[in-house]
Amino acid sequence: MAELNKENLYQYLLQLGDNVMILGHRLSELCGHGPSLETDIALTNISLDLFGQTRSYFQYAASIKGDDSTEDKIAFLRFPNEYRNTILVEQPNTDFAYVITRQFLFDQYHLLLLEKLVDSSDETIAAIANKSIKEVSYHVRFSSEWMKRLGDGTEESNAKIQEALNYLYPYAGELLKTSPIEELAAGAGYGIDPDILTDSYYQNVNQVLEEATIKIPEGKWSHSGGKNGIHSEHLGFILSDLQYMQRTYPDMAW
Amino acid sequence: MSNSNWPLWEVFIRSKNGLDHRHVGSLHATDEEMALENARDVYTRRSEGVSIWVVESKHIVASNPADNGETFEPAQDKVYRHPTFYNLPDGVKHI
Repeated sequence: MAELNKENLYQYLLQLGDNVMILGHRLSELCGHGPSLETDIALTNISLDLFGQTRSYFQYAASIKGDDSTEDKIAFLRFPNEYRNTILVEQPNTDFAYVITRQFLFDQYHLLLLEKLVDSSDETIAAIANKSIKEVSYHVRFSSEWMKRLGDGTEESNAKIQEALNYLYPYAGELLKTSPIEELAAGAGYGIDPDILTDSYYQNVNQVLEEATIKIPEGKWSHSGGKNGIHSEHLGFILSDLQYMQRTYPDMAW
Repeated sequence: MSNSNWPLWEVFIRSKNGLDHRHVGSLHATDEEMALENARDVYTRRSEGVSIWVVESKHIVASNPADNGETFEPAQDKVYRHPTFYNLPDGVKHI
């Protein structure tokens, strides 16, 4: 039983870490390509915040795993079906509206999640959540402000952000859909069942969307599978970039 | 998207409590809120500050360099405005 718990804690940490790593990687692709100097720096700042959080989760995961596990091995040397991030965060940087919408849909969930995880029965998870919460509060502010600016901006910006939301909205549901790993984690007290965030999530999201004069898409259907290792085609391409150096030159170091 | 039409803002940062805000640079932003966020992202990434002021550049009134003669030179030959004519006792410190 203890072994089972340990494995589940490990998998839960991977899920927490993978979401922020893959989203951080997507944002890092914009480094030097942001629409303006200020937004370029803002997005890469957020990316660095997320990588910092990733490291905390993976360092802890490596210590749980034991043997010769390290944060780098966890980040770089798994196969696509071993990544536990949601499909939302893999979605490409189609344009600035997609980048902001993806960020907004994740940030709103992320903050609610961390607000619960500060009470985790696991001290390390609680400490990571406590440290991350200030960063993520800012992310929420940043992406929400931009949703409003683009939605309530010009006819063109409204059309673009509406298109991005229509495309990405069906990916948000997976964030709140309970996976077997989360169910066990919630039962053991170190994690939470994300389903309990559902009402607050849509309340907060819809409030911003209404203020931004963006239409809330209808329909309840949602993509899912990422938490169980079944991803969209995008993850493979991300990993071939992300893992290239470690796969080509195993054990390389700076 | 280009920000060439966005207004220019001047950024002032106070590095710690008790010190003055200092001008650190400028940036583009469409409104006050964005100017503050951009200033936070561009100028305080290495924990340079505890307080930020932003002001739209057009609101700053500047002296004209062409008028430097009449503006500043009259002060140059008035040494008696500096407190340099007092004899200080040896025991006085921190002056």
